[in-house]
Amino acid sequence: MMTISRWKVVLVILATVLGFLFTLPNLLPSDIRSKLPAFMPHKTLNLGLDLQGGSYLLYSVDAEALRTERLNNLAEDIRTTLREKEIAFSDLAVAGGQIGLRVTDQAKVSEAANLLRRTVGTPLAGAAGGRDVTIATAPDQRLRVAFVPEALDAATASAVEQSIEIVRRRIDQMGTKEPDIARQGKDRIVIQAAGESDPQRLQNVIGQTAKLTFQMVDDSATPQDVAAGRVPPGSEILPSTDGFSPNYIVKRRSVVTGEMLTSAQPSFDQNGASAVHFRFNGVGARRFGDVTRDNIGKRFAIVLDKKVISAPVIQSAITGGSGEITGHFTPESANDLSVLLRAGALPAPLKVEEQRTVGAELGADAVQAGTTSAIVGLVATMVFMLLIYGGLFGGISLIALGVNALMIIGVMSFTQATLTLPGIAGLILTLAVAVDANVLIYERMRDELRAGRSLITAMDAGFSRAMGTIFDANMTHIFSALIMFNLGSGPVKGFAWTLAIGVFTTVFSAVLVTQVLLAWWFRAARPKTLPIA
Amino acid sequence: MDFWPLIKVLPIRTHFRFVRLAKIAALLSVIAVVGSLAASLLPFKAPCGGLACGIDFEGGTVLEISTAPKAVDLAKAREGLRGLGIGDVQVQAFGAPSSAMIRFQTPAGRDGSGTIRLVQSHLTDSLGAVKFVRTDLVGPKVSNELLGKGLLGLGLAILAMLFYIWFRFELQFGLGAVAALFHDVLLTFGLIALLRIEFDLKAVAAILTIIGYSMNDTVVVFDRFRENLRKYKRMPLGEVIDMSINEMLTRTIITSFTAVLALIALAVFGGPSLYGLSIIMLFGIVIGTYSSIYIAAPVIMLWGVKRLDEEPEVLKPAPARR
Repeated sequence: MMTISRWKVVLVILATVLGFLFTLPNLLPSDIRSKLPAFMPHKTLNLGLDLQGGSYLLYSVDAEALRTERLNNLAEDIRTTLREKEIAFSDLAVAGGQIGLRVTDQAKVSEAANLLRRTVGTPLAGAAGGRDVTIATAPDQRLRVAFVPEALDAATASAVEQSIEIVRRRIDQMGTKEPDIARQGKDRIVIQAAGESDPQRLQNVIGQTAKLTFQMVDDSATPQDVAAGRVPPGSEILPSTDGFSPNYIVKRRSVVTGEMLTSAQPSFDQNGASAVHFRFNGVGARRFGDVTRDNIGKRFAIVLDKKVISAPVIQSAITGGSGEITGHFTPESANDLSVLLRAGALPAPLKVEEQRTVGAELGADAVQAGTTSAIVGLVATMVFMLLIYGGLFGGISLIALGVNALMIIGVMSFTQATLTLPGIAGLILTLAVAVDANVLIYERMRDELRAGRSLITAMDAGFSRAMGTIFDANMTHIFSALIMFNLGSGPVKGFAWTLAIGVFTTVFSAVLVTQVLLAWWFRAARPKTLPIA
Repeated sequence: MDFWPLIKVLPIRTHFRFVRLAKIAALLSVIAVVGSLAASLLPFKAPCGGLACGIDFEGGTVLEISTAPKAVDLAKAREGLRGLGIGDVQVQAFGAPSSAMIRFQTPAGRDGSGTIRLVQSHLTDSLGAVKFVRTDLVGPKVSNELLGKGLLGLGLAILAMLFYIWFRFELQFGLGAVAALFHDVLLTFGLIALLRIEFDLKAVAAILTIIGYSMNDTVVVFDRFRENLRKYKRMPLGEVIDMSINEMLTRTIITSFTAVLALIALAVFGGPSLYGLSIIMLFGIVIGTYSSIYIAAPVIMLWGVKRLDEEPEVLKPAPARR
């Protein structure tokens, strides 16, 4: 007890100094903090979104929509392939996750199946000659085409990766402060943006698929067909925002898509209205040139996320590879659309699963409330300990408590573990109950003295015997914290962090710091009895 | 200065006969547990039974608005949100009079973000300048997952404690500890139901913390109990229990008191979003202290413990073999 090993003393001093250094940036105003010499730590506590304000957005990639779209595209491929080979068919439709069709000529069923097996879908990487679609024959000259499950999983996975990339590009262009974008689970994306002043705009920019296509308007459909909703095969009816017609019937097959754009800028058309100027890449320019040359006098539709923005009549072949989208744009919406088009379309729509937004003001209030309650709670604990154990032993437990607090805040600043509002509650509770270790040690010493041991052995036994209890009692918090950590939500995770870090610093400070201080006191005062006995 | 430090004035060794009251305590606890179960389960409304379900577990949207420095006109806000086709909208005061909380469910098939925008614009129309200080939306998929995770977490925590106590002490101790935990957790659920505290992730975190602290208390009592069992081999079990609890009583009181002090500070100064959390933990600390004394220890008595064959001293060479 009195001969405390040197490494313990070194460890205690080291922990105290480091704890202080890493806590210090939190106590200084930012202008002084920036003037600290380079060797000093500069990091302050990493406040959670609930304390500094910000948005937490959880989206899922709409795998169902992705699958439907892939099936629709596949159905169009099948239609063209069979037509080219002049195999007559009927009832081509997507239903129940697969494509069904009926080959009109019974003799051609197997020919059709073989043809499709060779041509549609994409080759699989692993299997030689295997493709990502299965084609089965069914009674009544029917064929059933579906994607293999692995292909759908792979498509979802790559869609998530792509979505993350695109969302990142979009947000970067908005100039938001370092948003944190991460994948979660199989098909989810988490976006955390601190201090975003306009969460609504953030959501607008992320939530839009921004899938741009140029599709020919189907002129075989009469206005009566449009009104009655009668859609010729291979075409679809789409709502319109162009102000001329509420709906258009357009060919399903797109002529060019947004992927073929190389640039998009907000601009003005010849009438001075807002528009988006775009430029195609080589493939896009060629295709657009061909189609416009062959279809002069007809209409094509510019479609964004299944809505027709405008449906101009082709006046002449557009071979320059660039053009303008006009519609009902404001300068702002033209700008946002350019951002979306430049960043590219999301491979599938994103669905909001969870969204939590805290205003910066509320966060500041929370920090204020948390700090006040922490100070009041700690001062109350300290006064109580002084009252119970007196200046010396009470004082020692307060020093241990202080070192504990420095270490928790230091470790949290250093590791940049997130401090949340419930985390502040965890911190207060941890510190208040940290004195438990001191109480256990002191009470044990009193017990041992009462049992008739000498002062020295009583003090030694107080530490060694209380250790086991302190260890067991603190392990229970570790279990709670680990489980809380898996609960998911950010604020609760922050709570778990503070509890877990607190357990380690508490055991360290209550045991080692108390021991070293008591040993110093013992050597200096050579007491005959304990002031608490 | 005769009263300072207080520890010298406190009774050195109490001799309360805790065990003698164990039967009455058990009866009270059983009644309380049954009452709590009824309060928290009835009327079996999915997904939270009788608890006031938060959106974490039920799904839905909560907006916290502020019209500071003006007080929120709740009636006007309700009026403005009528007829939006979003079903039952709750509008209630929250903390300061200039703050209010609005809660609703996004109807199936509608876009969550879009519905929030719609509600926000209607609120601005009816209340004038409104600040939307907090917006939380939890979709049905996520809320189901969170509820599953929350309940699983509680179950796992209790199981982890059982195994830890079993590992560090013995099975009977583990069972006593788990009985105490069930008692604490169920009574806490009763409190949450009774005070209509919102049952959400924060509440689960508070209960998990209580599990940690209740166990902490139980471990401390058990530790002394095990030690005394070895020291006083012939003393009746009940007396050993009484003695152990009495020996640890000063510590139990001091520690619980510091925790209570901190939690009261938290409840008073921590603001509305920490209020529920601190009330739950405050209750849990008190009930956890009680259960260590009146549930955990008596259950061990009920079960009995192996006493003599645990001692190294009894390992004598068997005479029959010689």
